[in-house]
Amino acid sequence: MSILLSDISKNFGSFAALHNINLEVPEGELVALLGPSGCGKTTLLRIIAGLEHTDKGSVIINGENKTSQNVSQRGIGFVFQHYALFRHMTVFENVAFGLRVKPRHSRPSNEVIKKKVHALLDLVQLDWLHDRYPDQLSGGQRQRIALARALAVEPSVLLLDEPFGALDASVRKDLRLWLRNLHHDLNVTSIFVTHDQEEAMEVASQVVVLNHGHIEQQGSPSEIYDNPTNAFVSRFIGQTNVFDLDEHDNEWLRNVGIINTNSTGRIAHVRPHDILIEKSESHQDATATLKDWQHLGALIRLELVKNDPHHSSKPLFAEMPKEQFKTLALRIGDVVKLKIRHAHWFH
Amino acid sequence: MSQKTVMPGFRPTIGFTLLYLSLIVLIPLSTLIFESFKLTWDDYIHIITSKRILSSFQVSFTAALIAAAVASIFGFITAWVLVRYSFFGKNIFHALIDLPFALPTAVAGIVLATLFQPSGLLGKFLLSIFGIQVAFKPLGIVIALIFISIPFVVRTVEPVLLEFETSMEEAGSSLGATRWQVFTKIIFPNIFPALLTGFALSFARGVGEYGSVIFIAGNIPYVSEIVPLLIVIKLEQFDIPGATAIALTMLVISFLLLLVINLLQYWARKRSGQL
Repeated sequence: MSILLSDISKNFGSFAALHNINLEVPEGELVALLGPSGCGKTTLLRIIAGLEHTDKGSVIINGENKTSQNVSQRGIGFVFQHYALFRHMTVFENVAFGLRVKPRHSRPSNEVIKKKVHALLDLVQLDWLHDRYPDQLSGGQRQRIALARALAVEPSVLLLDEPFGALDASVRKDLRLWLRNLHHDLNVTSIFVTHDQEEAMEVASQVVVLNHGHIEQQGSPSEIYDNPTNAFVSRFIGQTNVFDLDEHDNEWLRNVGIINTNSTGRIAHVRPHDILIEKSESHQDATATLKDWQHLGALIRLELVKNDPHHSSKPLFAEMPKEQFKTLALRIGDVVKLKIRHAHWFH
Repeated sequence: MSQKTVMPGFRPTIGFTLLYLSLIVLIPLSTLIFESFKLTWDDYIHIITSKRILSSFQVSFTAALIAAAVASIFGFITAWVLVRYSFFGKNIFHALIDLPFALPTAVAGIVLATLFQPSGLLGKFLLSIFGIQVAFKPLGIVIALIFISIPFVVRTVEPVLLEFETSMEEAGSSLGATRWQVFTKIIFPNIFPALLTGFALSFARGVGEYGSVIFIAGNIPYVSEIVPLLIVIKLEQFDIPGATAIALTMLVISFLLLLVINLLQYWARKRSGQL
């Protein structure tokens, strides 16, 4: 079911949490709301859920205007960062809750509830825990139960608020992949909030980047990474080297190829993998010095210092495959020549 | 007990606890029991089955139970208001709650009696409009006990309500539960063990309360005489064995009732996943 948000604004006192948000989420997508903390992403999610009310604008889910509807009537599933499992109920009763509170005429029989809950617990691979209490489970298990509970009412939209935020790194990695697969199987329109750009890129089919209560960019992960529309998005997604023309020696920038005929702005952003490195024989034509390097698995990250007269101390980061690094046989302190393959220009 | 724990000092603290329990609780109570041994079994039965004493037991325990129940409801609502809403003068409200703790009970008793007597400010009003007389009736005892026991409930329920995760309520609503269902199926089961504790404390206090009750109760034999008053009367007549017999009986009944409430609490905690 599609979600349409039009002109949403929300203030907390004098603080504008959201400002004229327009967003369309097509049916079946898995969308990430990505942004730094305090950017309004959780508020937006809670507004879609009906846990928070808008000051202005409307929430339309599947063509129906739900703006003034209470959360209990919106037919959404919500997964909380800290699970919010009912601690006085067993895992089974937690998942069954949404079915048991239905009005009498639409409430399924006990048999049906039992069957459905066990099917959902199978789906999250935790049926063997059905008679435990939430306090007896690990964080990853609790979040999977919370997801099963949200799915029990067959929501038209699934909303997840930093679902992996409270989990440790390895569990988080497993759950990301698992959520992606689950979404692939169920195909329910889902929105999740995260401040972790890696998580957003890895899980989502669409990423919405928010900052200071408005949307900076919306698109597929590769669109956002390859064509950031502004400096904020470019800096927030992945690593980037920033060159401000006002602060830099233009001569140096021209030498390494950042300034060329395509230059159209004042600030250039260069991805680490867009910096090509050659070993330099003489100090005359060298544009940088290798200060340090780190092992990132298949890639090596090189920390470089510019060889320019002003000698600004801000390091540059470049990345290259491990094999290439071996062939170049670079050591700390070696001088190198840089060639910039591609730069994004912003004003 | 011999298990090694991270926290040192088990021996001195348990020693201190036992010493305290012995000096302050067990020794005085055992004196009471030894004193009552001066009576023969027949004498004992004769004293406590006298009609006046039986009816005073009935008055005391019924009034304490009713008062504890009412205080639990009022106290819960008060704690709810204090935790969930912010409003002007909340701090004054907080101080007011604790006042019954600080007030000499006799003062509370005299004030309540003055208010509720048939010519008193509230008493006149209740009598003329509803035809209800509060003072010098068992109802007066209940009112006095509610007055002194509400803080027990408020102060036991309040921290649990404060700690309660509101996201559990939000989760309930997002799953389609009505507000009433959220309250009965999510909030109340989580608060219930604390509420039981508040109830038990109120009840225990109510059974033993003397000062605030005797002024408003009127102390009419067979109608509004409480057990502690009868003990005092016996003592004033130098009937010490009689007084101890009543006291011992009261002690045993209170102990049994509190034990039952504690078991109930254990069961509620277990059921709500808090154990």
